[in-house]
Amino acid sequence: MNKGTPRSMATKPARQNRRQRPTGRRHPLATVALIVVGLLATGGTYALFTTSATAETSAAAEATIEDGNKLFAANCATCHGLNLQGSTQGPSLIGVGAASVDFQVGTGRMPLAATGPQAEKKPVQFTEEQVSALAEYVASKAPGPAIPSDEYLQGDGDAAEGAELFRINCAMCHNVAGAGGALTEGKFAPPLADVAANHVYDAMLVGPQNMPVFNDTNITPEQKANIITYLKYLDETPSVGGFGLGNLGPVSEGLFIWIFGLGAIVAITIWLTARSN
Amino acid sequence: MTTTEERPAVAVQKSRGTRFTGWAANYIDERTSISGIVKEVGRKIFPDHWSFMLGEVALYSFIVILLSGTFLTFFFQATMVEVEYEGSYVPLKGIEMSAAMASTLDLSFDIRGGLLMRQVHHWAALLFVASIGLHMLRIYFTGAYRKPREINWLIGFVLFVLAMAEGFTGYSLPDDLLSGNGLRIIDGMVKGIPVIGTWISYLLFGGEFPGVDIVGRLYVLHILILPAILVAAIGVHMLLLIINKHTQFAGPGRTNDNVVGVPIMPVFAAKAGGFFFIIFGVIMLIASLFQINPVWTYGPYDPSPVSAGTQPDWYIGFADGALRLVPPGWETEFLGATFSWNIIVPLLILPVFLGLVAFYPFIEAWITGDKREHHIADRPRNAPTRTAIGAAGVTFYAMLWAAASSDLIATHFRLSIEGVIHGCQVLLIVGPIIAYFMTKRICIGLQKKDREIALHGFESGRIVRLPGGEYIEVHEQLDEYQRWKLVSYEDYVPLMIRPDANGRISINQRMRAAASGWFFEDRIAPVTSKEIESSHHEH
Repeated sequence: MNKGTPRSMATKPARQNRRQRPTGRRHPLATVALIVVGLLATGGTYALFTTSATAETSAAAEATIEDGNKLFAANCATCHGLNLQGSTQGPSLIGVGAASVDFQVGTGRMPLAATGPQAEKKPVQFTEEQVSALAEYVASKAPGPAIPSDEYLQGDGDAAEGAELFRINCAMCHNVAGAGGALTEGKFAPPLADVAANHVYDAMLVGPQNMPVFNDTNITPEQKANIITYLKYLDETPSVGGFGLGNLGPVSEGLFIWIFGLGAIVAITIWLTARSN
Repeated sequence: MTTTEERPAVAVQKSRGTRFTGWAANYIDERTSISGIVKEVGRKIFPDHWSFMLGEVALYSFIVILLSGTFLTFFFQATMVEVEYEGSYVPLKGIEMSAAMASTLDLSFDIRGGLLMRQVHHWAALLFVASIGLHMLRIYFTGAYRKPREINWLIGFVLFVLAMAEGFTGYSLPDDLLSGNGLRIIDGMVKGIPVIGTWISYLLFGGEFPGVDIVGRLYVLHILILPAILVAAIGVHMLLLIINKHTQFAGPGRTNDNVVGVPIMPVFAAKAGGFFFIIFGVIMLIASLFQINPVWTYGPYDPSPVSAGTQPDWYIGFADGALRLVPPGWETEFLGATFSWNIIVPLLILPVFLGLVAFYPFIEAWITGDKREHHIADRPRNAPTRTAIGAAGVTFYAMLWAAASSDLIATHFRLSIEGVIHGCQVLLIVGPIIAYFMTKRICIGLQKKDREIALHGFESGRIVRLPGGEYIEVHEQLDEYQRWKLVSYEDYVPLMIRPDANGRISINQRMRAAASGWFFEDRIAPVTSKEIESSHHEH
């Protein structure tokens, strides 16, 4: 957009040129001039269109908002109310933002299959377009956290800083290795292995269910991108020392040594002292 | 090798190797008089039973620990000086950490074979304590701690505690987040001791937790003092094992006065040497295939973060569980000081439990009044009350142990963590009682079955019609050898209350009689030869 402004200024004198010298079309440089003018005009119009393209996109958005409205009425309104006002069955969605819908519906947590300690991840019920339509609809009703921009979701940030932030802010519920952990009353922090980057970002932004909100002043978008980088590193790096035993730490290690380690050794002792019949 | 052809004049010519061995043995013997010891020790007999090898497993895993630990000391830096990590592990690059943590990471990523050695050391440590535990259970349930082996039980118990201490000090050395949290819990427990707690904590950590001293101090304990005591105690343990001789299970030809088995030299020594390499191999296999204590995931210690699922290594789990099971709000304020009963009560209960384990042989000897020597190991069923007490103790320990992983039980079995904790709290009290009665009944049932089989044989499944039309199932008799195993155990009777020389009955006497009654009142007496004879006449 910052490139567009000077270009659009340049188009105006070009147009004037064309009108002032209509006779010079046989000039040897006319073809060159025409191409230059043509390019400038196209580029300028494009630039103009992109700067003031609100009319066009909002028309497209209207369509998805309309779709979203229908999807919402059919799938969500029973609990959340036709005007997002909420009911005894579900909370109000006014101001939750597109990010919240992207997380809850995009991970399959919503629509809820059954009431329980918390909504759980399950197969996603809607297509990507439907999810974004729902998100647009909810966002159109009241302002709220938007779906994160792609630049933060690439996983190309600083893994070391991300790891440190993860240990300080996330590990107490999600475990240092992202293996998940228990919360009160049967609720739990889910494991973070192979969770899509946008859902991780959404979750930090809106704090779904029992998770606290980590807003952009608390953890900046760049820091969120670093955390995503670290999680991506964990996903992509095989466990260094062999099978990880679920990354659950000393409990799984202790069970392993008792059941398989000592079990194998007891089997060996029995074999060694066995007498042939 | 042979020289016989060169010197045919000598009738019996020994080979050069034999002559050298003879010369060397003589040389050493003339200077050390070692032949007496070799004669004595080399002819010690070891009976053969799989459960007698568990102590060996502990010993061999300890040797593996010593070997791998020596390797680790070459590279580990036991200091908490802050450094910036510049090694190979990307997600920690440029992070400030202690030199202890950085050198542990270097061992894991930049020193050839370092990670394998770390994993060998840690897995072997887990196996060491686990095999000690199983070995203790074997000793307990076969009554092998009875006279003359009570002292060796006590030394073994000290070894168990030392092994736990070794484990905990080693676990804390890398100065990673997980072990730092463990140390913080220890710090909290120490500070929970009234009056002196804070002083001890400051003394231990050289100031406010975590300080910059603790890793260096734990290191000295871990590689010098504790191993020295451990090795000495192992020496005494094995010496007493040789002096006391090994127990054996009842069987034909096996009496309280002999030991049937193989001599140390050469059979047992060769077997044991082979067994050592098997244990070494199993540990290496586990260490090369399964990751343990990935400190790089935990990150350097920082007092603020605590990871979900933070647990100590398994053998400290029972202490962690004890803390988790204390109901909320156990604190009182008195004269401006807070008494943290939630810390003090576990701190009192655990030593009482461990004390009962340590002194059980003496307690049982007092109850039974038995001053005889016992070299025949009991079958657990033949001492129902002891076995039941053991089962109750195991249940108590197991509940504490399970409670230490309450959060993982909750997430993996889809339970609420409060439910798991309350369940463990109830079972910690009720579980041992249930276990006691169930085990006792099962033991007595098994004894009755043994008695039935010894007297009447076992059902052969062959139905025979008698001339009179009656159908009977033929019972097949055991042979002498099989029967021997079923009938040869000692019969105890409850102690009688007897007045002493002054004609008085002391309280001690009464208590002892009551305890003895509880111990033996519903016993099943072993089958006597008379009973067997009369039962034979019936058939």
